[in-house]
Amino acid sequence: MNIDLITNSEVKSIEGEPGNLEVALVNHPRYVDPIKCTGCGECALHCPVAAVNEINKGLNDRRATYIEYAQAVPLAYAIDPDACIGCGLCENMCIAKAIQYDDKERETTVKVGSVILSTGSQGYDPSGLDCLGYGKYPNVVTSEGFERILSAGGPYFGHVMRPLDREEPKSIAWLQCIGSRDTNRCGNGYCSSVCCMYAVKEAMIAKEHIHGDLDCAIFNMDMRTAGKDYEKYFLRGRDKEDIRFVKARPHSITEVPETGDLILQYADEAGEMQEEVFSMVVLSVGLQIPDSSADLAKRLGIELNQYNFVNTNSFTPVATSRPGIYTCGVFQGPKDIPGSVTEASAAACLAGIDVAESRGKDIETVEVPEEIDVSEQEPRIGVFVCNCGINIGGIVDVPSVQDYAATLPYVVYTDQNLFTCSQDTQDIIKERIIEHKLNRLVVASCSPKTHEQMFMETLEACGINKYLFEMANIRNQDSWIHSQDHGAATEKAKDLVRMSVARATKLRPLREKVVPIIKQGLIIGGGVAGMNAALSLGNQGFDIVLVEKDVQLGGYSRKLHHTIEGEDIQGYLEKLIEEVTSNEKIKVLKEARIVGFEGFKGNFATVVEVGPEKEKQTIKHGVIIVATGAKEYAPKEFLYETQDNVVTQVELSDLFVEKGADDLDSVVMIQCVGSRNDENVECSRICCQSAVKNALKIKKLNPNAQVFVLYRDMRTFGLLEDYYTEARNKGVIFIRFNRETPPEVKTSSDGGLIVTVKDHIIRRDIEIRADLLALSAGMVAEDTEELSYTMKLNRNPEGFFIEAHVKLRPVDMPGEGIFLCGTAHGPKLITETIAQAQAAASRATTFLAKEEIKLSAITAKVDVDYCVKCLTCVRSCPFEVPIFNQEEKAIEINEAICHGCGVCACVCPRQTIQLSYYEDDQIMSKIDALLVEGM
Amino acid sequence: MTDFEPKIVAFLCNWCAYASADLAGVSRLQYPPNIRPIRVMCSGRVDPVVIIQAFKKGCDGILVAG
Repeated sequence: MNIDLITNSEVKSIEGEPGNLEVALVNHPRYVDPIKCTGCGECALHCPVAAVNEINKGLNDRRATYIEYAQAVPLAYAIDPDACIGCGLCENMCIAKAIQYDDKERETTVKVGSVILSTGSQGYDPSGLDCLGYGKYPNVVTSEGFERILSAGGPYFGHVMRPLDREEPKSIAWLQCIGSRDTNRCGNGYCSSVCCMYAVKEAMIAKEHIHGDLDCAIFNMDMRTAGKDYEKYFLRGRDKEDIRFVKARPHSITEVPETGDLILQYADEAGEMQEEVFSMVVLSVGLQIPDSSADLAKRLGIELNQYNFVNTNSFTPVATSRPGIYTCGVFQGPKDIPGSVTEASAAACLAGIDVAESRGKDIETVEVPEEIDVSEQEPRIGVFVCNCGINIGGIVDVPSVQDYAATLPYVVYTDQNLFTCSQDTQDIIKERIIEHKLNRLVVASCSPKTHEQMFMETLEACGINKYLFEMANIRNQDSWIHSQDHGAATEKAKDLVRMSVARATKLRPLREKVVPIIKQGLIIGGGVAGMNAALSLGNQGFDIVLVEKDVQLGGYSRKLHHTIEGEDIQGYLEKLIEEVTSNEKIKVLKEARIVGFEGFKGNFATVVEVGPEKEKQTIKHGVIIVATGAKEYAPKEFLYETQDNVVTQVELSDLFVEKGADDLDSVVMIQCVGSRNDENVECSRICCQSAVKNALKIKKLNPNAQVFVLYRDMRTFGLLEDYYTEARNKGVIFIRFNRETPPEVKTSSDGGLIVTVKDHIIRRDIEIRADLLALSAGMVAEDTEELSYTMKLNRNPEGFFIEAHVKLRPVDMPGEGIFLCGTAHGPKLITETIAQAQAAASRATTFLAKEEIKLSAITAKVDVDYCVKCLTCVRSCPFEVPIFNQEEKAIEINEAICHGCGVCACVCPRQTIQLSYYEDDQIMSKIDALLVEGM
Repeated sequence: MTDFEPKIVAFLCNWCAYASADLAGVSRLQYPPNIRPIRVMCSGRVDPVVIIQAFKKGCDGILVAG
């Protein structure tokens, strides 16, 4: 209700100051009124004009009247003016009268406080690289095209087929870094960060979809699976799914004309030419900023970098050069979905700070009349059957369903509507509810997933409890899937209506418990993440308690000097600590340890011991942000424990400050120390850039020093690739080794070190003399065992906390009202940590900004009188909600934390637990009603 | 038995299978009309007792999807 979607529009200009901006828009004509359009698709069905289906990458056609894909929001059609011949068929077919041929381009303005640019990217177009044959050979597709081939909604309905002959491929090759890491052919020097992971994913899904053997080979320079748990995924692809990973960058593709197969020639690791034939080739295209986004940035006066990504600072990752305008997603820099979602929340946080003073002023709310008590009344059910234009009415005999409904017990009113969901029908339903004193409503139409809430609101507006509502899904799960059999579809619709009416008679009014929110946040950990989260909330006027286990703020960042971009971390930290300690909304507790915890979203109570005296205090708070951080792994490998001239990358940075690099003649760095091995399977994400950063520093301080980096895959993702390129240009030597043949280190007689490594090109051991060996030690989580036990927060085997959903909820924890940021979540850069901290603050704001929260009424309730306390529910609940209260000697189910799944109700041997709205008799009534008349 | 049409009750989890069944409709996939879906909040809510009752009352098959 409080989000206005303005689609098909472009920003012309933005004038004004942060907090008061006027945005001029150009609204392009859609030729279909999105409010009237119901998304039924009749227009497209009758449109005689075919056009290229851009979303399916041209692998099939669409109509001139079209919708891009089934999940589009708003679910409304549009007319492509370049393809439309103006025949008028769609206008004639549209029952909703949504077609507007005379729609025109308009100019409008909106007034806002802040702006977020999230215009995203497009896949690199490889048509220009003629040696790859894209556009010439049909079986060469881009990864975007292959993604559509894999999709159930794609051109081949999810069957993996070659575009040329619609045969299943026997082998597929993926070529990585097309349009990325390529300054030579396309000028994109950056790494797109996502292609390695999606190539592995596409190969795994292709193997799953193909009936039979499929050979998948991914040709890469480095496999950059550097995100949380990504390494495990890569290893699964390699070891369990037998995907081949070939270290090569094939130059060109040629076609076998008779078969359409493709020949790849490449130099293998030993430098020898190889030739392989594949049924299909997928070009893993990189991310690129569209020219239109670059033009937009120019119009708005936003600075971009040389690749047209928005110029941002390491310490303000989502702020653009223009105050009041923020950015997120790939326009900010190449990144994957979790990173984009995180940044989106971060940008929302900063945009919110700009308008914090006016919070709530323009919020729209609905007044609900007082509820009428109908619990003693006999059921009086109204049934409304929807035609949905001709979506239902064209297949199901709606009048006969309506007549049938009228014969069912307790049904006192029936009606049929062209569109039951339309605003005017809502008014009619309200009138009928009052006129016929209806106390139950059944709507037979589309899906409750999309429309239940709306009809429930209609009931509420009449003073009827919203849980006295039931829906029969006769469109998505009936007319649309049985469009060839009108008789069977009608019979099924009658069954579904009968089942719904039966359930409706059993429904009971339910109360949604309202709980107040304690408007104070608790942040655990006073490092860069915790402090940024604290400031982001404090600056919006929320009270924050920041607990830090150490005697001072700063966390692991206190050991760091500069970012790879050259920005001063200690200077930043000093400023940050000053801002946090001087912010009157933020209370800092140092030397603090959490010893007790209870409560639920909006209402937590945490007991903390503070200071050397271990003074206990209880903090009441509405949200929690976990920011406990991580630290550098202490190596056991490569003589680190015995030799002074073997250091970690962090210690090497300290050496630069202490004594520069003049005494260094030859430095060797070894990557993946404490990462990507048996003890720690995961990649630590940051160590490749640490090595490049320090290698560049050595070359700057002492250009004559030799630097060797021994690596497995260089994972300088995103814009970090530029620094890797720079290091190579400055003469840093990168030598790849295999996990099976790691380098060996021994001391030499002159006090130096000898590092032996097998060079994969000359296939010989080479010895490097070094006066210093820097180990790129991975990142390990802080010890949070006690904390995770006390607060019931789940961690993964590596000790990092687990988010609610990897992609969609990357900073939420599974428990509501609890959020996560920084390296407590997984290894990451300081820039990423700051964005994640702002994101966590933004998510916390969604609670703190409210006075109270309404809890769902669909929760489990236990009848303590009949309960025998067998604890089956306690053991079975996937969310650990039921507990045995020792004092009351009874099972307790806290409805504030119950997820409403009903597992406890199901396993309870005495049926003393009921799930409201899905009680036993409510479910059984449907089965009884269904089977009483056969089927 | 050639005319036999089974009666199948499908318990669909609100968060996944029910949404998938909706999407099957949006995608206009066609399948036989023998299934009567019942929406539940979790496939874990489907009590074995309910399944036995359904069989006793004459249904031929049960699909629990979640």
